[in-house]
Amino acid sequence: MSPVVSPDTSSAGATPNPAPRTEKQLVLSVRGASKRYGAVQALGGADLDLHAGEVVALVGDNGAGKSTLVKVISGAVQSDSGTITFEGREVRIGRPQDAQALGITTVFQDLALCENLDVVANLFLGSESRHYGVLGEIPMERKARDLLTSLDVRIKDVRSPVAALSGGQRQSVAIARALLGDPKVVILDEPTAALGVEQTAQVLGLIARLRERGLAVLLISHNLADVRQVSDRIAVLRLGTNAGTFETATVSQETVVAAITGAGA
Amino acid sequence: MSEVTSESSARSGSVSTEAARTGVASVTTGRPPANGTPPAKGTSPARTGLLELARDRLRRGDLGSIPVAVGLVLIAVVFSSLNGHFLAPENLTNLALQMAATGTIALGIVLVLLLGEIDLSAGSVSGLCAVIMTLLAVHHGLNPALAVLGALLAGAVIGLIHGVMRTKLSMPSFVVTLAGLIGWEGLMLFLLGNEGTINLPFDRGIAQLSDTWMPPAVGWALVVLLAGGHLAATLVTRRLRAAAGLSVLGMGWVAVRSGGLAVLLAAAVLVLNSDRGVPLTLVVFGGLVVALDLVLRRTVFGRRMYAVGGNAEASRRAGINITQVRIMAFMGSSMLAATGGILAASRLASVNQSSGGSDILLNAIAAAVIGGTSLFGGRGRTYSALLGILVIQSITNGMLLLNVNSSVRFMVTGVVLAVAVAIDSLARRGAPDGVR
Repeated sequence: MSPVVSPDTSSAGATPNPAPRTEKQLVLSVRGASKRYGAVQALGGADLDLHAGEVVALVGDNGAGKSTLVKVISGAVQSDSGTITFEGREVRIGRPQDAQALGITTVFQDLALCENLDVVANLFLGSESRHYGVLGEIPMERKARDLLTSLDVRIKDVRSPVAALSGGQRQSVAIARALLGDPKVVILDEPTAALGVEQTAQVLGLIARLRERGLAVLLISHNLADVRQVSDRIAVLRLGTNAGTFETATVSQETVVAAITGAGA
Repeated sequence: MSEVTSESSARSGSVSTEAARTGVASVTTGRPPANGTPPAKGTSPARTGLLELARDRLRRGDLGSIPVAVGLVLIAVVFSSLNGHFLAPENLTNLALQMAATGTIALGIVLVLLLGEIDLSAGSVSGLCAVIMTLLAVHHGLNPALAVLGALLAGAVIGLIHGVMRTKLSMPSFVVTLAGLIGWEGLMLFLLGNEGTINLPFDRGIAQLSDTWMPPAVGWALVVLLAGGHLAATLVTRRLRAAAGLSVLGMGWVAVRSGGLAVLLAAAVLVLNSDRGVPLTLVVFGGLVVALDLVLRRTVFGRRMYAVGGNAEASRRAGINITQVRIMAFMGSSMLAATGGILAASRLASVNQSSGGSDILLNAIAAAVIGGTSLFGGRGRTYSALLGILVIQSITNGMLLLNVNSSVRFMVTGVVLAVAVAIDSLARRGAPDGVR
């Protein structure tokens, strides 16, 4: 446990393309995260900053260390070295529960929904409202409806089983469920991987609304078109280290691809 | 379309034509296929038509109790045309007495099937617990109520053992309960010792359980209580939902549902009252069905049972203690098996070496499955045990009336089981987004 960078280092200057985001509050900051699995150096001192009301896309080739970095933040694995600063305090995330307690929630690629249960039951799974063990269906259905409406997620009947929903609707339910814990950081692992054009648009719209709610969103994706459409910044990982952070609005696709592949670097 | 394809073929590998895929997309989302905006759920209290709900369910391949109900009518028509005595009040009363024990065991089977597990030991456990109860009551002179309590406790311990073996040792439930099937029967034979048969006193205590009949007025009171309770609960829920701005059932449908329930119950009580009255064992069995259904559908515990059965990993990630849920299911199954064993012993007024043996276990599993409980977990209701055992016991009863050899009875029961599951399976496979 040897911190590479002191925790109070400001976000600017740590990245090749410093982002002028002084108006957005820095929520989560990772410095020098490294992780070794046996002979494989999955992460070799990666940095990442997430601001409130900002969507950061984390891109990189297979094996670039995206998943490992996400696991470090969500508490699924512990980094060998490096620091995590959350809302200005240095924190230790040893278990997934630690991340949850801080307000960092992760929506995994395999949705983790119960297909036999209806939308309301899935949204409140594990945190059902109750009176002496009896389900409070009405408050739950009402909260579910309000939440889905506020996110503009359209589901005809919140009492239909999840198995009857489209892939985009299921992904939306999974994301909406993550919001019930009132998180500050939402990590989305390949949310559009299995979706078609229209359903992808639904989910990307939902991600934009997460940003409007002031959440810090980390989007892991292989799909550069999606990334360009919805993100504010693109953080590129290559071989476990940062290969550049770019403003989505100004960067060209070629630059990002070059950073991912290492061509011209 | 590829995304829909991958999902649907993952669920049912056989639907693979392009036409089917297109159908999937439009039906799944329940909106125009041409990129239309889905109808948003109204914020004002909308009325949900029961017809619309039923159509949605049918579309998902969820036939509910329809096939079983049709099957029961068919059975009634066939047997009553072959033997006029089949629908006589006396015979229907016997039918009610015959199905209570195995039906209660089937309730336990539903519990474990909901988790995608199986309990092969239910028959043996019912026999063992009946023997324990009889020994406590007859040989140790214990109060019948305490003896029953002792048997239930034994069932709970057995279920706990099964549950711990399943969860802590990660043994498949098939093997755990197969060992139980053999082992508990051995223990039962050991406890019976050389006697082989122990009789319960006919005129008092546990045997009286099967020879107690509700006076006609009590039977009618039960109808009023159940139908009235159903109506009151529906109306209160409806009012609360309307106050919360949620969709409610139309008043017409409320009347049809509660009224239909009242008519069914009244018909049953009318028939039973014209013989000896409503048997106490039926009240016990029916009470267990209703109570367990409320627990499963209305409590946090029940919700977690369905969740673990639907997706154990998702439940674990949601913070549900799946080990605890599984152990509780096995305990519930064994305790219900014990209850079934007690009812059977009470009816026979004795226990013997074949208690809980022969086809009791198989009938209990068949009843749960015929009633529509999925073997893969996450789908089923306690009413499936009631309907299923009604089908199986009607066939058995009818065949006995016709004096048909039991070989034929087994073959017919086997065919009915296969047909029931085939109908369910085909309906779900044909549907684009059915839940297994």
